[in-house]
Amino acid sequence: MKDWPLWEVFIRSRHGLAHKHVGSLHASDAALALANARDVYTRRGEGVSIWVVRSTDIIASAPGDKAILFDPSEDKVYRHPTFYEVPDEIDNL
Amino acid sequence: MNQHQALYEYLLRLGDNALILGQRLTEWIGHAPALEEELGSANVALDLIGQARGWLAYAGTVEGAGRDEDTLALQRDILDFRNVLLVEQPNGHYGDTIARQYLFDAFHYPLLEALHGSSDQHIAAIAAKSCKEAGYHRRRSAEWMIRLGDGTTESHTKLQRSVDTLWPYTGELFTTDEIDRALQSSGVAADLTAVQQAWDEEVARTLKTATLQRPAAGWMQSGGKQGRHSEQLGYILAEMQFLPRAYPDAHW
Amino acid sequence: MAACEPTRTYLRCVSANRPLLSFVSVIRSDFANARPNTDLMTHNIDVSLINCIIFRGEPSAVIPRIAGPSFMTGKTLMHTQPAHTEVEPRCSAEALAEREQAFQAKIDADIKIEPKDWMPQAYRQSLVRQISQHAHSEIVGMLPEGNWLTRAPSLRRKLILLAKVQDEAGHGLYLYSAAETLGASREALIEALHAGQAKYSSIFNYPTLTWADVGAIGWLVDGAALINQIPLCRCSYGPYARAMRRICKEESFHQRQGYEIMLTLCRGTAAQKRMAQDALNRWWWPSLMMFGPPDAESSHTQQSMRWKIKRHTNDALRQKFIDQSVSQADYLGLTPPDPELKWNEQTGHYDFGTIDWSEFWRVLKGEGPCNRERIEARRRAYDEGRWVREAALVFGAKQTRRAPGTD
Repeated sequence: MKDWPLWEVFIRSRHGLAHKHVGSLHASDAALALANARDVYTRRGEGVSIWVVRSTDIIASAPGDKAILFDPSEDKVYRHPTFYEVPDEIDNL
Repeated sequence: MNQHQALYEYLLRLGDNALILGQRLTEWIGHAPALEEELGSANVALDLIGQARGWLAYAGTVEGAGRDEDTLALQRDILDFRNVLLVEQPNGHYGDTIARQYLFDAFHYPLLEALHGSSDQHIAAIAAKSCKEAGYHRRRSAEWMIRLGDGTTESHTKLQRSVDTLWPYTGELFTTDEIDRALQSSGVAADLTAVQQAWDEEVARTLKTATLQRPAAGWMQSGGKQGRHSEQLGYILAEMQFLPRAYPDAHW
Repeated sequence: MAACEPTRTYLRCVSANRPLLSFVSVIRSDFANARPNTDLMTHNIDVSLINCIIFRGEPSAVIPRIAGPSFMTGKTLMHTQPAHTEVEPRCSAEALAEREQAFQAKIDADIKIEPKDWMPQAYRQSLVRQISQHAHSEIVGMLPEGNWLTRAPSLRRKLILLAKVQDEAGHGLYLYSAAETLGASREALIEALHAGQAKYSSIFNYPTLTWADVGAIGWLVDGAALINQIPLCRCSYGPYARAMRRICKEESFHQRQGYEIMLTLCRGTAAQKRMAQDALNRWWWPSLMMFGPPDAESSHTQQSMRWKIKRHTNDALRQKFIDQSVSQADYLGLTPPDPELKWNEQTGHYDFGTIDWSEFWRVLKGEGPCNRERIEARRRAYDEGRWVREAALVFGAKQTRRAPGTD
């Protein structure tokens, strides 16, 4: 017999933050995955909303692509507010 | 029987149901069919034992004889327990446990929902909290009824037999006696006719989805609510009450 | 980085359940002299993690010797499959060395290793071994305390113990998940445990005889575990470190509830105090053994520290535990069962008596008081639950078929 499929669990905490990956679990189907996620990952009032996604449905970037994907953004300093010089006496900017 | 005594008895029924079913569930811990189920059934047991504490603590206050929830849970003997026979039935295999849980949850949820509107403030408060827990229990056990009923041929056969075996213990959930009547008129207790209607609809729906047959109406066992139990309860109490009875002067 | 080129590989093995995905190691490039039994042993390869061995050359000449009963001492391959002849591109020795250097540089710079990153096979293996042992310990560890769930002396104690044992199930689950990111499957790991091929902490092979044992386990066993685990929150492997952070956070109440039980017993009746002292007598030495063999005899310590899987030596952690536990015992009015326990002004630590390592090795080998019962209980739960897991799986498949818009 095969093991139950693996699911990834994402939880949104009380504070209005985005759903965050908290871990994985096994479940035979979506409804049980959700129930198990509630029972496993919200035992201490951690969340107000749960997403479960089959692990096989996640498409991830390859570690080998790190250089071409992420390095090019490193020299684009003009995307950050601290790049710009604003006189001290100017407020609300 | 006066209102006061009726209230005490009624609280014992609520508390003992939760306590004995919770105790039964703890027997599974470490032996469940999957790791995820260990956590799930432990959550249900935690809820139920927590509820039992609330009901029994209030029962102790109503009784006014200085007994707290632990004294009531761990120092009463079988004749004074007021849980329904259903919850003391043995765990059996996982299908037996799921069927017992579901048949109880389908009763527990509408009962607590009704008690949420009790004229007794304490009852209403405990019910409000417990009701949310019971709603989740019912959903979870219904999901499992459906998976086992509509799973493999083996699981279907097993679960059908579990339902058939436990069915005669479901009638007692809705029997009304003088204690219920005394408290219903003052709006303290729940109207069990309405609870039964909700139970019937819920159970019929789930059995259908689970491709299970509803057992034919037949002889129903009863007596637990009045303190006449099956042999099972004696063993449960022997284990559960061992320490306080072996060391009556100790605190833990 | 030097180009990857195929080299002459004659024998290599693949780890649990994911043939061809997670390549464990080239164990010998010199086919003529291949001696699988000794080769695997020399390379310190955990047989329980192998489900397939790949050969190039003349596979038929090797298989009978691999699958034969003489293979390893008392262990057999779990799923020996017919020899694969598929060829994966292989790195040259120089390319491999370069990768390993880059990997070590990352570790030295405290950069976390993540599942899809390249890692030396021995690092992967070492992690799977350690994480799965840890997961097994959590799961088997539910049993000795679980014994007392139905007999807890008050409803409050019952709830606390239940929440604690439940946490252990959760921690086992987090850890199996971490091991799964390395290509191991939970099912294969659990089956290895049930087949007696995987280790777990020996402490759980001791019995819980009285309620005080529940207190002693919380105080000493969880205390020792916490000392072992806190450094693991900074482990170099990301998923393991994250699981450990969650575990340590959740476990912070476990040791306290244990000490609270001990304190209540020690302030209670004479019978309760006797229970407490007896529990300390029985759990003290096994707790000290939880930190593993002395550094001089620990086979994995050095490499694990270089890889930052482990941050402190067994002996250093053990000493820390003894130092903190003695004063805690003292406050309870209890005496650890070691007449040589004495504060040493010079070292700033407690001196302690000789640990009976023969007991440690004996229990590890399977001859502790409860080894057989523990594994049997787990195996029974797993076997008796098979039809339940299967029913859910079959239902899940039916549901997928019924859902509109899916094929």
